Amino acid sequence: MIAYLWMVPALPLLGAVVLGLCGGALPARVNAVIGAGSVGLAAFVSLCICAGWLAHPPPGQIFVEPLWSWITLPGFSSAFSLYLDPISLLMMLIISVIGFFIHLFSTEYMQGEAGYSRYFAYLNLFVACMLLLVLASDLLVMFVGWEGVGVCSYLLVGFWFAEAKNGEAAQKSFIVTRIADIAMLAGLLLLALQCGTLDIRAILANAAASWPSGTWMPALACGLLLAGGLGKSAQVPLQTWLPDAMAGPTPVSALIHAATMVTAGVYLVVRLHALFALAPGVLEAIAIGAAVTLLLAAFAGLVQSDIKRVLAYSTMGQIGYMFLALGVGAWGAAMFHLLTHAVFKALLFLSAGAISMRLHHEQNIFAMGGLWRKMPAAFAAFAVGAVCLAAIPVVDCGFFSKEFLLGAVWARSPFLWGIGIAGAFLTGVYIFRAFFTVFFGPRKAEMSGGYGARILLPLAALGALALTIGWLQAPEFLGGANLFSAFLSPAIGAAPQTPPPMFVPLSGMAAPLAGVALAYHLHANGFWRRQGATAPGALRQILQRGFGFDAAYRLLLVQPFLLTVNALRHDPVDQAFQLLERAAVALHKNLRRVQNGKLRRYAGWMMAGSLATFLLLVFA
Amino acid sequence: MTDWRSPAGLALALFMLGLLGLLARKNLVFVLMSVEIMLNAAGLLFIAAGMRWSTPDGQIMFIAVLNLAGAELAIGLALLLRLRGRLTTLDGDAAILLRDSS
Repeated sequence: MIAYLWMVPALPLLGAVVLGLCGGALPARVNAVIGAGSVGLAAFVSLCICAGWLAHPPPGQIFVEPLWSWITLPGFSSAFSLYLDPISLLMMLIISVIGFFIHLFSTEYMQGEAGYSRYFAYLNLFVACMLLLVLASDLLVMFVGWEGVGVCSYLLVGFWFAEAKNGEAAQKSFIVTRIADIAMLAGLLLLALQCGTLDIRAILANAAASWPSGTWMPALACGLLLAGGLGKSAQVPLQTWLPDAMAGPTPVSALIHAATMVTAGVYLVVRLHALFALAPGVLEAIAIGAAVTLLLAAFAGLVQSDIKRVLAYSTMGQIGYMFLALGVGAWGAAMFHLLTHAVFKALLFLSAGAISMRLHHEQNIFAMGGLWRKMPAAFAAFAVGAVCLAAIPVVDCGFFSKEFLLGAVWARSPFLWGIGIAGAFLTGVYIFRAFFTVFFGPRKAEMSGGYGARILLPLAALGALALTIGWLQAPEFLGGANLFSAFLSPAIGAAPQTPPPMFVPLSGMAAPLAGVALAYHLHANGFWRRQGATAPGALRQILQRGFGFDAAYRLLLVQPFLLTVNALRHDPVDQAFQLLERAAVALHKNLRRVQNGKLRRYAGWMMAGSLATFLLLVFA
Repeated sequence: MTDWRSPAGLALALFMLGLLGLLARKNLVFVLMSVEIMLNAAGLLFIAAGMRWSTPDGQIMFIAVLNLAGAELAIGLALLLRLRGRLTTLDGDAAILLRDSS
């Protein structure tokens, strides 16, 4: 079965091609079948591969499927081949299975929208690119997938392009990530020059052999690659595009801006972890940046009124946790949080989409309220997601992954751990603020419609996953299962087995509970409602805008750029040459007046000219 | 040997007269006549130059100039006829169809 690995990215690509070329001519039903079916088949193949892998792992836990040779130059070559190890297998499963559920959800969510086939063509293309990104054995091929998901993100954020602000959000997400990708491309070129290849295994072997730890070369290469990863994963200082990217359809936000694409930066670091381990300075920078990101996202999440923006900031914060784990070298903890986050954040987004689709696409949480009786399915799904996001103890996957992650952070840096705990507290506050505001209190909005099976099945499946997968990696006092780290250990090495002191998991449990309690208290005394009703003060405005990064970038980057553009628009160099042209034209206008057609005048001039020549010859 | 200066002076005077006629006259027939006078002045100057250096070349050139003047006059008169047919006048100042029109 593993030999059919190429089918996993090829099937969604085929779906995208078919839908893109003739989707408009097919009925909506066929579009939905092709769109969801291609990803479903890919998910099925991935699951079969995973089952085969678990039963009979290939030698060395690595499987390479060479497809063709792409570039062969003297001193550089690049092969197009697929690379499967526990990390990419995990990513492939996340993308294809969650991708399938989101496609299924979309078939009903997008029903009757203009551009139904276009939507599925883009979404299939996205899944194909994302799978190529994680399965590439060569960084250059990975970069193809990397750019491909960026393009699909752009296309899908701007899916409802008739509204100008959606187009602007799409451009913003594209441009910000593109700026990051330039740094990444520079890093790739540096590695290509230094190593003569971009094959991941060759680079890692080469790097460990030729570069001592802590020298500037791996630091430079890692720093450049990291910049690309930070842009894709919406980390400070390149996070500004993510909240705006919520302009896209909600399932798109679930798939691209929560579950898969934004975690590509984490995947990149884990994939190249041996290289990053040679650059301790870069790892420290990752950890500090992640701590800043998760606090910033948590504070910004506290005051958002758009449900999708709350979730966007929570995504930013949770990816901050993953980067925090990467910064302390806990690759396995980062991957585990990536897995659980993909599940519960997809669930949260899908349930948010399910809520707003019945409220005429209302997304303001203060315009909702009292929905829990009316939409039990969405309520249950959102509750599970919120519990996971807040990491309420024991019942959900978010708790297990955050526990694992914070334990690893504690071992390296108690200070960063403290920030992580503070972030966990704030996460509990802001997500339950949204939860209580949306589902409890007086009912405000009119509802319409109901849910079909294609909405309920993904919610149920993701909810079930969210409640169970945490047990793959349980802390010591809950049985201490370590299936997950055992699965990943061939690729990233075993996790350190020193259990942290008891107060570490205890505070990890207490912080979210305290956050939820505070959110409930403020809900009960009506604080949140008053917040929604009054105009925001200065502090709240700053928080709402994510600490004014947008304004700062506008002032520091966008305005100078526009000024330069305006200055160059009329081509100052060309102006100098136009001066010559204008002088010639003015001269011409004056001189043409002598051409008056009068014979005698001409004769006079001729005579004067002859005389002048004569005098010149005689006297000069 | 006769002094060459007096025919040369005569040639200069004739040329000036022709030039004056060319610049002052509007009627194209007179303009043509002035051109002929100027040509003859040039021819006379050739002869005077022949006197100065005692060679027959000047006289040969004069015959060539006469031929040229005859040919030129034939073309000039033909042009005048066409011009008269077109403009119904021989006023040189009216023949300004090739001027810059703006």
